[in-house]
Amino acid sequence: MNGGSVIIAHAPLFAVAVIFLLGLSILFFKRNLIKILMGITLIEAAINLFLVSTGYRMDAIAPIFTNAPEGAVMALPTVQALTLTSIVIGVASSAMMLSFVMLIYRHYKTTNVNRIRGMKG
Amino acid sequence: MRMTKVVRTVADLLYPFCMIFGLYVVAHGHLTPGGGFQGGAVIATATALLIAAHRYDDVSARVKSARMKVFESVGLLGFLILGFSAIILGQPAFRNWMLSRGSLFNDSVAFGVNPGALTTGGLMPLMNLAVGLEVLGALTIITLYMLSGTKEDPS
Amino acid sequence: MRIILGLTILLVLGAAFVHIASDVPFGKPAVTDMDDYFIANGQEQTGANNIVTGVLFDYRGLDTLIEATVLFTAVLGVSVMFRKLKEGEQYEND
Repeated sequence: MNGGSVIIAHAPLFAVAVIFLLGLSILFFKRNLIKILMGITLIEAAINLFLVSTGYRMDAIAPIFTNAPEGAVMALPTVQALTLTSIVIGVASSAMMLSFVMLIYRHYKTTNVNRIRGMKG
Repeated sequence: MRMTKVVRTVADLLYPFCMIFGLYVVAHGHLTPGGGFQGGAVIATATALLIAAHRYDDVSARVKSARMKVFESVGLLGFLILGFSAIILGQPAFRNWMLSRGSLFNDSVAFGVNPGALTTGGLMPLMNLAVGLEVLGALTIITLYMLSGTKEDPS
Repeated sequence: MRIILGLTILLVLGAAFVHIASDVPFGKPAVTDMDDYFIANGQEQTGANNIVTGVLFDYRGLDTLIEATVLFTAVLGVSVMFRKLKEGEQYEND
């Protein structure tokens, strides 16, 4: 296989790599707490996409029997259920983190991590 | 911030449809894609729609966060009770003991590919409903509290 | 200095990811015994047409319970942080 067809055949995995690296670069280079939270959420999205893509079979349908075509291959259900768990926990943790950022902003009047130094107040 | 009258009217019109669609997703969780978590999130989105169109104070008077806390607690408690009710009956936890027993949701399921009937599934629809209640309460509370800090225009 | 270090880490990680991603077979999961069992017996044992719901609420019901508890706890934390202040009460350290 040449390079192009490898990328086409493994497109979700490459998308996972790109999204993960984008999130990581935001974590490295940005100093704003809101943007850091966006980076964390991007990494979360990459992990979820990776989990779902591990459970995919070629030409498979979703594992639901309602009005399904006869004799079709079904994708693996367990990773999908666990991804649902992961998404909900991601929502909960990002809500917590955003509340912390709002409290930090109320206290320090800034969201730049370089200026949130020391024990002010 | 308060939008124009057109936006407010359309948001008021779309609000019940958002809720109905969320309830549909919750109620058909055992038949079609969706379930408690997704449907609850859809219902919570309706509140965000209202806040986007109206002033925050008007919405928080309409959608009471105390009521949402009750929803959330009742949902989690119901899920707990439904999950561990199997232990009381001497079966493993989270076993679907209601299946083919002869009450509300116990029509026998057709195996294999079938069109699907709402009255099947035993404990599944009840658990979906409980989780849907919990998630709708939780996400609505999060939306209300997060947006409580928005600056209001003095108009 | 920091930028060079970060770029180096990103490049190394990116090369590793591309290498792995072009190597792992996509669409052909290696071990599928458990999921095949769920697909074959899930409808009969859990009574749900949607196998994902069956896994979520029956086979792995305890996971879902803990997950719902995590969401509940997060909402508890948020509502503690944003509670209404009493008359004359100040935020601490303000």
